Amino acid sequence: MLDEEKFDGKHPTDMNKILTILAWIAVGLLGAGAVGVIAVCRGEPINALWLVAAATCCYGLGYRFYSRFIATKILALDALRATPAERLENGRDFVVTNRWVVFGHHFAAIAGPGPLVGPVLAAQFGYLPGVLWVLVGAVFAGCVQDFVILLFSVRRDGKSLTEMAKEEIGRVGGFVAYTAVIAILVILLGVAALIVVNALKDSPWGTFTIAMTIPIALLMGLYLRRIRPGKVLEVSALGFVLVLLAIWGGQWASQNPAMASLFTLRAPTLAILIIVYGFAASALPVWLLLAPRDYLSTFVKLGTIALLGIGIVALHPTLHMPALTRFIDGTGPVFAGKIFPFAFITIACGAISGFHALISSGTTPKLIGRETETRIVGYGAMMAESAVAVMAIIAACVLQPGIYFAINSPAGVVGQGAATATATISSWGFPVTAADMQALAHAVGEQTLFNRTGGAPAFAVGMAHIFSQSLGGATVMALWYHFAVMFEALFILTILDAGTRVARFMIQDALGHIYKPLGRTSWYPSILATSALVVGAWGYFLWQGVKDPLGGINSLWPLFGIANQLLATVALCVATTIIIKMHRTRYAAVTLVPLAWLVAVTFTASWHKILDPNPRVGFLAQARALAAGPGVASSTSATARLIFNNRLDAALTAVLVVMVALVLIESVRQWIAVLSGRDEARVRETPFVMTRLAEERG
Amino acid sequence: MTRFLEATRIALATLREIFDEAAYERFLRRSRMISSTEAYAAFREEFEAAKASRPKCC
Repeated sequence: MLDEEKFDGKHPTDMNKILTILAWIAVGLLGAGAVGVIAVCRGEPINALWLVAAATCCYGLGYRFYSRFIATKILALDALRATPAERLENGRDFVVTNRWVVFGHHFAAIAGPGPLVGPVLAAQFGYLPGVLWVLVGAVFAGCVQDFVILLFSVRRDGKSLTEMAKEEIGRVGGFVAYTAVIAILVILLGVAALIVVNALKDSPWGTFTIAMTIPIALLMGLYLRRIRPGKVLEVSALGFVLVLLAIWGGQWASQNPAMASLFTLRAPTLAILIIVYGFAASALPVWLLLAPRDYLSTFVKLGTIALLGIGIVALHPTLHMPALTRFIDGTGPVFAGKIFPFAFITIACGAISGFHALISSGTTPKLIGRETETRIVGYGAMMAESAVAVMAIIAACVLQPGIYFAINSPAGVVGQGAATATATISSWGFPVTAADMQALAHAVGEQTLFNRTGGAPAFAVGMAHIFSQSLGGATVMALWYHFAVMFEALFILTILDAGTRVARFMIQDALGHIYKPLGRTSWYPSILATSALVVGAWGYFLWQGVKDPLGGINSLWPLFGIANQLLATVALCVATTIIIKMHRTRYAAVTLVPLAWLVAVTFTASWHKILDPNPRVGFLAQARALAAGPGVASSTSATARLIFNNRLDAALTAVLVVMVALVLIESVRQWIAVLSGRDEARVRETPFVMTRLAEERG
Repeated sequence: MTRFLEATRIALATLREIFDEAAYERFLRRSRMISSTEAYAAFREEFEAAKASRPKCC
């Protein structure tokens, strides 16, 4: 039973009830009006506040009504049932924690660069598809997935998604979840590193600033270890001030000929440096580099997201991107593919992300003090993540479309040179001139902004554009731009450090079953071998992206999106199976509909990426085109490698799809067996134990 | 004013949890130690495996 009010002792009067109903009707009308304006308005720019209003109302209604329906009718949240944090409290992993603290902790873990990058890339379709998918996807799919997986994990002593998949669906479920996580991590790390490379290539200012974050992190590590042990907030604030100085110093470095030449690096050089850095960060002691960098990045992340939110509401900029662009037909320059299914795999984290299911079944369930709190933490934190995606859409769409496409389009699509690129983009109906681009590059302190694929630079320009309107004007636009680049790069490099380590631990765990010492996380030969394996794997994808004439993002981001959404498919299979076993079959549509949608999206996207005859979309078609093209006549090794890369991407996609299809088949067999009465519906929940905390809370 | 103070207290507690200061305090209580270079080193040693294997989202 869900009744937080009971514990709070609130008894609303009839008048309050009427006022509440009227208030929710007003929210509904405002939301409908805002979504209507966004959906119907054509031909003239709209204000970003319409997006903010639509998002606020949708989230409010979704949380108040839909999440409450799920909590009461399906999950039957029970505030009297002791959670693992209470029953297994050990002061280490299992700790009863204030719900807002858990909310913040959970949000900090799920908010990565995905909700910033995906929506910026998908803005090539216009703002409308992205906004609708983020709102509908979050309310009916992403928030639901995070909420139900969190609750199911809480009722199973905080078990992971992999363990739950193994228990509820069978061994194949656990194996697929494990493999999908490794695949996602490797592809994610490759594509994340590529985004950093594309943001920093030929940018002495950005490269200097990011390079400086390494000694700053080392200094923070030593300070924490030797001078003020445990004072993380204090040292993070100090690190933040040093990073701001590094941004300011970057301007000097970019204007000093010797420094500028030292820090002006090409993409392949940056890729090698990042691969070496990833290996070092994985093999070095955590306290020295990884942990302080993680703290610094979290500090910057939370501050910047809050600042961006305030900036958008206070400055309410105008969106210049049309609601829909001509590229919904699949000919987009940022990435190729039609609006269905590609918009829905490009935007993952802001709408639904399988990776969140890992967090919801990781640390968070071990901190929840009451079952009823899973609603605000699981459903609510995902709404906040979705709001970040709306902010990213706004940041991308405040740019003039011509500028957006000039930044995000690879040279292989728009042509080499400013004149050719601007002529191509203008011919699409998005006027932009070489002089506009030069002036913008000059304003943000860059040599050029052409072909900066990956989404990060476009987001940084959009963010600088929003902030510079009120805070400092055009004179500080370069500082804002490099602040945004630093924010994204720092954020992504932290994911790179931590992700490499997580993948290393998972592989060591698996190898430990074959040869015990390999499973020991402190055995150096194992550390070095598994670190090299993980870094080699994502480094391969990074190198592939750097060498790709279409910019890499065209191939790698959809591959990442497919892998991530396939993991969400596994999570929703687990959730639906449990709901059916709980005898709540008549409400199973709550997870079954998002599952069906994701199956349609991911399987269609995979089919296109493998078999589409268009070489810009299909991996195999691109391999065939390369084989038939002039490159092969000279038989260059580069062409042969590109052909191999495309075939490898096709094979990887096929393997992931087949594995998820197996989980799906296994789940459907379970559902049929339970519903036909052939199998007993046995829910593997921990038995009910009465909470002691209810009495303590009065 | 009380609500503002309560909100500030929760915001600070959230930051302390995110930045592992609360975990360090719990560690000190559990192991009956006072904060020092050695205590923090012991905390990190115990905490690192769990922290490093914890996934962070994309």
